[in-house]
Amino acid sequence: MNLSLLQQQLINRCQRGFPLESSPYARLAEELGSTEAEVLAALKELEQADILSRLGAVFDHKKAGASTLAALAVPEADLDYVAGIINNFDQVNHNYAREHDYNLWFVVTAADDFTLNRVLTRIEELTGLEVLVLPMEKAFHIDLSFQIDFEPAPQITRVN
Amino acid sequence: MMQANLTETQPGPVQSTLPMPPGAPEASLTQEQQRQLRVYLEQGLPLSPHPYREIAARLATGEAQIMTQIKQWQEQSLIRRLGLVVKHRQLGYRANAMVVWDIKDTDMEHIAGQLAARPEVSLCYQRPRRLPHWHYNLFCMIHGKDRSAVLEQINLLTRELALEHVNKDVLFSYKAFKQQGARYSQRKTADDRA
Repeated sequence: MNLSLLQQQLINRCQRGFPLESSPYARLAEELGSTEAEVLAALKELEQADILSRLGAVFDHKKAGASTLAALAVPEADLDYVAGIINNFDQVNHNYAREHDYNLWFVVTAADDFTLNRVLTRIEELTGLEVLVLPMEKAFHIDLSFQIDFEPAPQITRVN
Repeated sequence: MMQANLTETQPGPVQSTLPMPPGAPEASLTQEQQRQLRVYLEQGLPLSPHPYREIAARLATGEAQIMTQIKQWQEQSLIRRLGLVVKHRQLGYRANAMVVWDIKDTDMEHIAGQLAARPEVSLCYQRPRRLPHWHYNLFCMIHGKDRSAVLEQINLLTRELALEHVNKDVLFSYKAFKQQGARYSQRKTADDRA
């Protein structure tokens, strides 16, 4: 999908903040020299193209509940199967294969420590593998957004 | 529900914000409403002209109450950010490296601080070692459009911060099985539903 200029602007404008007012899309339109309808259409298209994960809130892991990074060393042939087991838990929000003996890395977040530990125990029971549990001890930098470095827009030649 | 809904001040299917008497504090949300609001914010705001009003209607409260609650959570840093969450892989950022370092405890603050300040490092966390299996205690995420560009960035920052002597490993991801916003408000584990 080729992103329109408006879509690129929305992505870079809205990763860090979204207006907290009655007509936020109209506000964005005003900022970006567009219309509310165009902004909404652009966002819906991004959503349909599976580029927009969501327009919502990212809660602080520690303040909002319990969370941890965890890893498993899975025999390569079983990777998809084990990843499927992990994915079944609603409390798992990221799950990646990585190049290492510990080759399956996932983040578990839960309402509280009790639930978190139950999920980890269940994962050990269901997979028969020992979970490497690596909770965050200190955050030095968290930037969940980054400026997308879009390809330069094609030159438009004006003919007067 | 804290607030009695006695009058309709605006027509239409969406419940309006009740005008409050001057000086009166705005009714806050009940715990259950707060929990539900968190679910809605984790799932995503509606893509329609008045998203907060729509959520307010679902929770049978006013738009102002919803916005006040969100603002409060932002001020308390419970909400770290409100905005677009994009799937960066779909935007061409396919190389995703987790760089893990074995930093001497006494050097942690200094080195982690330097790494965190680099623009190419999007996350920088200290985590426990788990000996004998895992001896790394500092984690950095670096995203890029391709593997060689990311490796080059890692080499560069290793040199510039004089970290050549520090044990490290680079774990590129090669498959994303799941990538979604966290659902803290989820109370049940998967097998509760089974």
